[in-house]
Amino acid sequence: MQLARVVGTVVSTQKHETLTGAKLLLVQPVSVDGEPTGLSTLAVDSVGAGVGERVLVVLEGRAAGQALRRRLAPVDAAIVGIVDTINRS
Amino acid sequence: MQLARVIGDVIATCKDPNLVGQKLLLVQPLDPDHKPVGRVLVAVDSVGAGAGEEVFVVRGREASFPFLPAEVPTDLNIVGIVDHWATEGDDRS
Amino acid sequence: MILAKIVGTVVATRKDERLVSSKLLLARPIDPSGKLQGGYLVAIDTVDAGEGETVLIVSGSSARMAEGLKDAPVDAAIVGIVDVVEVKT
Repeated sequence: MQLARVVGTVVSTQKHETLTGAKLLLVQPVSVDGEPTGLSTLAVDSVGAGVGERVLVVLEGRAAGQALRRRLAPVDAAIVGIVDTINRS
Repeated sequence: MQLARVIGDVIATCKDPNLVGQKLLLVQPLDPDHKPVGRVLVAVDSVGAGAGEEVFVVRGREASFPFLPAEVPTDLNIVGIVDHWATEGDDRS
Repeated sequence: MILAKIVGTVVATRKDERLVSSKLLLARPIDPSGKLQGGYLVAIDTVDAGEGETVLIVSGSSARMAEGLKDAPVDAAIVGIVDVVEVKT
């Protein structure tokens, strides 16, 4: 899983039928210190995340489909948690 | 998934039997500011997108899921046309 | 999928048994205008492409969905010979 920050919302009326009702958010992967790393990506949200929040993202299709609870949905990324704190030793 | 813009199409007469009848579109991935980022790619289309439209694409094996049980050999599929997107910097009125 | 130009052939006598009758081609990614881009890749040819031709290459686990490559240990397959690339912007 990847740490990311939610940076935007995406609205799409015309999309594949298996994605109907799915919430789409724009996420920017970040380091543990919150620095942006790499390209932003689009993820389906199954936990009710909002813009500005730090989240956990799975970047793998099977896991993303499971997060959405729709097997065989054409998704490759999903938000699976909202991060409260990170403790580093 | 990635945001992208459809910038053209590709015609290939000789192709995998499971790609026959599939529209092949040229897509330019975009960053959140609508600026091109990275290499132009070729995608199949599940939603009827056209040139100039902003879309989102799914990568990897999941790109072929909408066509199952046909095994369409694609790693990129347009699965939505984007009406609009808003980022933190935008005026969210 | 990416656009690429065939720039050579690869001969490998000793290879995985599921690749024994496969043709291996050396390809370079190109942009829509035909300009060569960085890097090379070796792809399995499933459409009888030849040197100098522009082709369509599928990568990752989707490559195994190409004709005749079920269960083959491949991550890149040539699945089309490109006639025309039309840029409309």
